[in-house]
Amino acid sequence: MLATAIIVCRETLEAALIVGIVMAASRGAPRRGFWVGTGIAAGVLGAIAVAGGAGAIAALAQGMGQELFDAAILFAAVVMLGWHNVWMAHHGRELANQATQLGHGVKSGSRPLWVLAVVVGLAVLREGSETVLFLYGIALAGQGGVSSLVFGGAIGLLLGVAAGAGIYWGLVSIPMRQLFAVTSWLVLLLAAGLASQGAAFLMQADLLPALGGNVWDTSFILSDESILGRMLHTLIGYTAQPAGIQLVFYGATIAIIAGLMRLARPTPAAARQAARIGAAVPGE
Amino acid sequence: MLAAGALPALAADPQVTITLRNHQFVPNEVPTPAGVKVELIIKNEQPVSAEFESTVLHREKIVPAGGQASVFVGPLSQGTYEFFDDFNQATTGRLVVR
Repeated sequence: MLATAIIVCRETLEAALIVGIVMAASRGAPRRGFWVGTGIAAGVLGAIAVAGGAGAIAALAQGMGQELFDAAILFAAVVMLGWHNVWMAHHGRELANQATQLGHGVKSGSRPLWVLAVVVGLAVLREGSETVLFLYGIALAGQGGVSSLVFGGAIGLLLGVAAGAGIYWGLVSIPMRQLFAVTSWLVLLLAAGLASQGAAFLMQADLLPALGGNVWDTSFILSDESILGRMLHTLIGYTAQPAGIQLVFYGATIAIIAGLMRLARPTPAAARQAARIGAAVPGE
Repeated sequence: MLAAGALPALAADPQVTITLRNHQFVPNEVPTPAGVKVELIIKNEQPVSAEFESTVLHREKIVPAGGQASVFVGPLSQGTYEFFDDFNQATTGRLVVR
């Protein structure tokens, strides 16, 4: 039962942390509960379907289907997170201002909440399908009986969800004015970490060179397998022994998203100044 | 087992089979040629799914119950490289590359 709880917790953790960040990043948005809930539900259904078709997926692309599938999901999530950040860079300040002044949600019909729903759905899909496969195997093997499976699974799920709730409550205790700046950073690092994971799968499928197997090794300080290591792996893409190509993807993702955010950001002060002196002024 | 060839590009990728049985990798220490790309074929004879994972090699791949999966590694330099079953982390083994 304990082993089941630990594994379910580990798999739930990543998805739960992502949901927690997404919920905080969409604070004050109307109907965010609906979108995030839809994302989770679709993710769970998708996870069951993917677990059922795992053999077929694995057989694709000369046995590299699993790697390509994982990489595709990860990069799709990176694009969605990047899009969300760019949108927030464009509209975030007015959102924060209105929400603070009115004390409630902003009517912003154009806000792409479905983007966040897709991110949540993909996270649940990826982690959930592994959980389903694992639990299904245990159930088939009849190890320890059904109650052990159900209890272990439930405890693991609760622990994972508690971590997601923890990061959410921690984030929403930040004043609204600063919240979106913090969540933008978190989303940026999250996206970079997912891109680095995606690069690792493409490397495994032999589609990308490693560019140096292990650029450094900090596993003696913090192992990838520890709970803290797992959390940081999700949150900021921590890897004790990164390959060079992972660092390239990590850095490039940050550079591209941050660059697009800067382009998208309206800076009234800068705009005024630019009008006055007739020159573009870099943003803050 | 192929010796580490002087012309790895001309040789077909050597294959090394590792079997998962009763929560053990068989063999547990896997002799692996250095300096060439190697195809590890992981056979899972257990009734439960496994995930072949190696942090140092950056590999993680689900091996369905009763099924098998291929993982390419290398070219590796001499040394030992740990791997484990992520669904049962007490199950460990290592590549011994010479």
